[in-house]
Amino acid sequence: MGIIKASKLIYEYIKRDEEGNPEGVNRAVDQVDIDIQPGQFVAILGHNGSGKSTLAKHMNALLLPTEGTIWVGDKDTSLEDNLWDVRRTAGMVFQNPDNQIIGTVVEEDVGFGPENLAVPTQEIWKRVDRSLEAVGMTAYRYHSPNKLSGGQKQRVAIAGIMAMKPRCIVLDEPTAMLDPNGRKEVIRTVRELNRAEGITVILITHYMEEVIEADRVYVMDGGRVVMEGTPKEVFARTEELKGYRLDVPQVTELAWELKKAGLPLTDGILTIDDFVDEILAIHQKSGK
Amino acid sequence: MIRDITIGQYYPADSLLHRLDPRVKLLGTLVFIVSLFIADSWLGYVLAAAFLALMIRLSNVPLKFMLRGLKAVMILLLISVGFNIFLTDGEHVLLEFWIIKITWEGVKQALFMGTRLIFLIMGSSLMTLTTTPNQLTDGLETGLGFLKKIHVPIHEIAMMMSIALRFIPILIEETDKIMKAQMARGADFETGGLIQKAKALVPILVPLFISSFRRATDLAMAMEARCYNGGDRTKMKPLKYETRDYITYVVFAIYLALMILVGRL
Repeated sequence: MGIIKASKLIYEYIKRDEEGNPEGVNRAVDQVDIDIQPGQFVAILGHNGSGKSTLAKHMNALLLPTEGTIWVGDKDTSLEDNLWDVRRTAGMVFQNPDNQIIGTVVEEDVGFGPENLAVPTQEIWKRVDRSLEAVGMTAYRYHSPNKLSGGQKQRVAIAGIMAMKPRCIVLDEPTAMLDPNGRKEVIRTVRELNRAEGITVILITHYMEEVIEADRVYVMDGGRVVMEGTPKEVFARTEELKGYRLDVPQVTELAWELKKAGLPLTDGILTIDDFVDEILAIHQKSGK
Repeated sequence: MIRDITIGQYYPADSLLHRLDPRVKLLGTLVFIVSLFIADSWLGYVLAAAFLALMIRLSNVPLKFMLRGLKAVMILLLISVGFNIFLTDGEHVLLEFWIIKITWEGVKQALFMGTRLIFLIMGSSLMTLTTTPNQLTDGLETGLGFLKKIHVPIHEIAMMMSIALRFIPILIEETDKIMKAQMARGADFETGGLIQKAKALVPILVPLFISSFRRATDLAMAMEARCYNGGDRTKMKPLKYETRDYITYVVFAIYLALMILVGRL
């Protein structure tokens, strides 16, 4: 069994009218089965309202399933006794960088998690030093978080989770409020952590470019997992993706259009380099 | 312009006072304030003035900063001095016409009261000038830790204070943004009387409140996700007394004893 496993997971929001009487039920997550292996970089893609954030909140026991079960590090999240173990195993980074930093100084914020875990003072300092180093924010340790850019704030938030030594980090649209530079900065940091530290990463996003280097991609729509596979496999189904109101990366789209027009390209080209190689190969062939 | 507002007017410098444990400074300020109310003679005030001057000297904070704090309470100061001059009854009348009567006792009382207020404000602003807001909340939490025994939620109060301090600049920035957005759509915050201006603020407060509540839920969720439950925690920067802190306690004790001995002579 993987580090996070969900089986027939269902979550329903109850809609209420102004007096608070239940009005209807909105099924945000519907019969989801996932199995994430330790050390993987997993991306969950989906349009607004596809249920991807609701699913993410289950991985940290911030929401509990209406039906079905989700296990985080072998623990069933719906049991009260497992709550802190679950949150220790899976750290969570949220969308708004301002609303998740608690400390008034960068290093104090990174120390907040370990303080909560009752880690001895000296060990806290060691962890804070290491985590800031890992996300490349050591130079800013005495700064006020208010003076940092969005990308830097998210890196501090990631360091804050790292200091709790989780086995897995769930990032709930960490780049949605950032500019393109900040986005690259955060994704690079996350990928580095996945590679160098072997931490399982679950990235929730609707930006296709961020998904290219993932080991595995899940696509969600209307609360269900509708596609699953490696990025290459998923992006090969361009038409289907468009049906879920998702765009493929520009190169993939171009390759797909050219293929429709008759060029013998392979499916699911993800990077410009691959694309150039294939075009050159075709060119050489037709030249002869 | 609105971003220039600073809360907790900390003056960054390296001095003996800056390095003292915040608990020492909190208790010291309290002792100084008490001593001002014990003092009831010229000698007592000279002693307090000398002690305050020594502390300012040790703090490396320019006098200018200390005096700035006084400006805000100038009116209060004048009112209390005025009341004391005109309303104190006494034997040695200096001046008397119509219903106004100024006595020597009144002048003396007013002088004492004025100095007392000035010293009080300077003494407490000396503390805030040499202590960061963080140290202050830490000091309060540890210093008042004994109140936990009678179920006062000291840790929670300190946590609330430090979160408030963290969010003040963010909310100020947000107010600025909302104001600009409304100005762009023709809102007028500049003209009109006091009531008009106050009314113009309502459309700013509503979105500000809504977004603060949203921030609060987000933050609560982020804190929970980081295993915060208000219970057993360790500290990254625990407060520890050094020799200089003990010495300062002794100095304050000597000062208080002196004041009790000579303050009323």
